[in-house]
Amino acid sequence: MLLIRCPWCGDRDEVEFRYGGQADVDYPADPERLDDTAWGNYLFVRANPLGTLTERWVHTAGCRRWFSVVRDTATNEMSPDIPSRRESR
Amino acid sequence: MTVLHRVESESGVADTATVTAERHSPLEHRVAEFERSAVHGPRGVRLAEEPFLTQLDLRMPPSGTALRAVSEELGLPVPAANRVSGDERQGLLWLGPDEWLLVAEEGRAGELLGVVRSAQQGEAGSAVDVSANRTTLRLSGPMAREVLEKVCSVDLHPRAFSTGHCAQTLLGRAVAVLWQVGREPEYRVLVRCSFANYLADLLLDAMAEFLPG
Ligand SMILES: [Zn+2]
Repeated sequence: MLLIRCPWCGDRDEVEFRYGGQADVDYPADPERLDDTAWGNYLFVRANPLGTLTERWVHTAGCRRWFSVVRDTATNEMSPDIPSRRESR
Repeated sequence: MTVLHRVESESGVADTATVTAERHSPLEHRVAEFERSAVHGPRGVRLAEEPFLTQLDLRMPPSGTALRAVSEELGLPVPAANRVSGDERQGLLWLGPDEWLLVAEEGRAGELLGVVRSAQQGEAGSAVDVSANRTTLRLSGPMAREVLEKVCSVDLHPRAFSTGHCAQTLLGRAVAVLWQVGREPEYRVLVRCSFANYLADLLLDAMAEFLPG
């Protein structure tokens, strides 16, 4: 079982959380101008790297807040998503 | 516990408009069972229901003036994360970065809502009476921590969790607010009414090994 660090409550068991998928998937600025392929890509296509991925998680059984973490998909090692690191991406 | 209380008609006139209603707590039918399951002595543990506690859910910007005013009016400092300020007669529990639960003795919701709302001065935020949302189980005795540890993954060792600490977490499969109120140790477990029987079953089962014979 993973031990996940909620930025508010601290370390908690994985069962207290739900997964929210890849982070930073922005809603299209002009959705009405997208063709079906582009809309489909926005809805369904996500990065699937072997390595670090920024993800959304929600602490369902705790504070019920959403937050982002950077997880290494190979090792499940997690680190906080730090805004300064965000801007350099 | 069954409490009889009077329900007045809106108009407030005539005795004939006054009826008596019965209020029921989710675990009132299990009082005798709780008493039978109590274990005393150095390896003792006891379970009881503390029904009808006043609970107000407060949502406010953590750095706003409203929160400071509310805290001053109540005479309770704003608790740090996973902490409670005050005591079991009137306590303010941290639930999240902008959410707190004010827990007080039975029947104080109206008065406390008034205090909180007037301190808020119309600023952003909310105060809602959620007393009927949860009932409270009280688990106490030298073995109380051992019992909880069977159903809870939060570290409850005194180095990590002690009097005045709280956590919203899973006990078994039910979401609950866990609050250590005393050193014995003594815990309050606030749980949604519809999960109360499940949680009582779970805790009684975890307590069974301490029953003599
Ligand atoms: Zn949390």
